[in-house]
Amino acid sequence: MGATPEIASIEELVNRRLEELLPQKLEEALRQREESKTPSMAIIATKGTLDWAYPPFILGSTAAALGWDVSIFFTFYGLNLLKKDVSDLKVSPLGNPGMPMKMPFGPEWFKGIDWNKFLMPNLIQSNLPGFESIATMLMQQTIKNNGVATIEELRSLSQEAGVKFIACQMTVELFGFSHDDFLSGVDYAGAATFLPVAQKADVTLFM
Amino acid sequence: MNFDKELDARGLNCPLPILRAKKSLAELQPGQVLRVISTDPGSVKDFAAFAKQTGNELLASAEKDKEFEFFMKRK
Repeated sequence: MGATPEIASIEELVNRRLEELLPQKLEEALRQREESKTPSMAIIATKGTLDWAYPPFILGSTAAALGWDVSIFFTFYGLNLLKKDVSDLKVSPLGNPGMPMKMPFGPEWFKGIDWNKFLMPNLIQSNLPGFESIATMLMQQTIKNNGVATIEELRSLSQEAGVKFIACQMTVELFGFSHDDFLSGVDYAGAATFLPVAQKADVTLFM
Repeated sequence: MNFDKELDARGLNCPLPILRAKKSLAELQPGQVLRVISTDPGSVKDFAAFAKQTGNELLASAEKDKEFEFFMKRK
């Protein structure tokens, strides 16, 4: 059973036209879908020091300003970043040789000196009593001098912009914290909540 | 260039100029123009990316005396 020659040639024409058009249409539809989609980001914040408090809140608040949906999951030491009072976050020179040790005051030549280069090895520095407090104080002053936002400020800007904060309930219990220790507006959940959010996110970061 | 609102972001560092600009834009009507002055050299690329991503048009971007000036039209 063969088609008549006319029908066969019409079919061939239609097929050829479809093959030309389909990729264009598909690309157009995909592009439209891509453009109308709200980008999203899921971050896991695991560190509880002053230096590591910055990346999740900087990226979270900025992504929210760009119109993205953002969720930050705080687990283990990252829970410290959700405490009502974060003024006691510290930075440790121990095992942190990449941290420049510069003075945030005095004349420019003095401020330019990296004391790590010739003062003493990292291991000895960080074993000195009070050295962590000194390093923290120096960093807080440097942050202030450079017009860098405080953690409190970035955190409240993030919350205002709709960034979702989720605390890991398991570590809350593990470390003996209570929900009263943390900001209001924080959700408490576990890994099963994070994974589906991360699955749909365009950007997932572990910090 | 005419503008409807001004944001002084001098002395502020990443990401504050963008976050403040976003807030200021939200207080404007669509089509109105925000002028931003900043001193953060990173803000030049950041404002271009912010405009591209949010659809608020960056009408002009200029540098003079280590200060950066941006005119942004609210979408």
